Amino acid sequence: MKITPDQIIVWQWGFIHINATLVTTWGVMLLLVVVSALVTRKLSTGMKMSRMQNLLEVIVTFLNRQISDVGRQEPAEFLGFIGTLFVFIAASNLLGVVPGIDPPTGSLSTTTALAICVFVAVPLYGISRRGVIGYFKDYAKPSILMLPFNIMGELSRTLALAVRLFGNMMSGTMIGGILLAVTPLVFPVIMNLFGLLTGLIQAYIFTILATVFISAAVEVQTGAGSSDTHQEKGE
Amino acid sequence: MDSLTLVSLVSIFTAGLTMAVGSIAPALGEGRALSQALLAIAQQPDEANAITRTLFVGMAMVESTGIYCLVIAMILLFANPYWNYLVSRAGG
Repeated sequence: MKITPDQIIVWQWGFIHINATLVTTWGVMLLLVVVSALVTRKLSTGMKMSRMQNLLEVIVTFLNRQISDVGRQEPAEFLGFIGTLFVFIAASNLLGVVPGIDPPTGSLSTTTALAICVFVAVPLYGISRRGVIGYFKDYAKPSILMLPFNIMGELSRTLALAVRLFGNMMSGTMIGGILLAVTPLVFPVIMNLFGLLTGLIQAYIFTILATVFISAAVEVQTGAGSSDTHQEKGE
Repeated sequence: MDSLTLVSLVSIFTAGLTMAVGSIAPALGEGRALSQALLAIAQQPDEANAITRTLFVGMAMVESTGIYCLVIAMILLFANPYWNYLVSRAGG
């Protein structure tokens, strides 16, 4: 049994392997870009709008509201990165129910790449907002003794981010496969429906955690320890 | 008992044990979180949105220990490195 779509080789030439993860990742990217480009060609500002424009507006409004609620930041700066994460993960998770498509998020390489994006984006946003010294001073708080623990926390929360998404998506397809062998008719369908819910929730959680990490990094210290109250750490 | 049998025996047993032990704590934690969230929603229905959002994020964090156990069990069962090594050595 294959536990990741990395092991399905679609095409190979010499030492170059194109596996199913790469194909579905590019497929999802193509789908998102083409659909968004087609929809945004003719936007209307009036009351009458196309269905797809309505959908995109709902998504963008939702993301803006979540960023300003959870991160307590102006959403415009972060919408590009965080919105891309959400839309990509949600689209690939939801495409998992289409027969013949393995969700690319069910492979540890994809989720690790996404988590590394977050890992890189956090100091970038933090430094751009607060300067190099201001950002790295946070690692030595509350005292210099905590420096190794803060660095370890940074690394392990990236690992947790990657493994959480991978584990959830992999177990979804896996449990479907196992149930197909045990109770072939009804239960796999129910588990697939449940997989839709899990997929959306996992996309949401990944996005919210990225928002929390980034907003904790860009937060400007106003007073002594006043902003420490809502600095959440992801294990 | 040759080493292939031993590895498969230990892997399967440990995979079951991993899931059995590893799902206890996340289940207890999630149940507690859910019951507290329900209590909070019952007391303050206006705050249901914020409570539900925090509940989801918190549950995902609690659940990640359980997910680690699942990943370990899956690796032991389906992508066991020792098994592959022994099979390749026996084959070649």
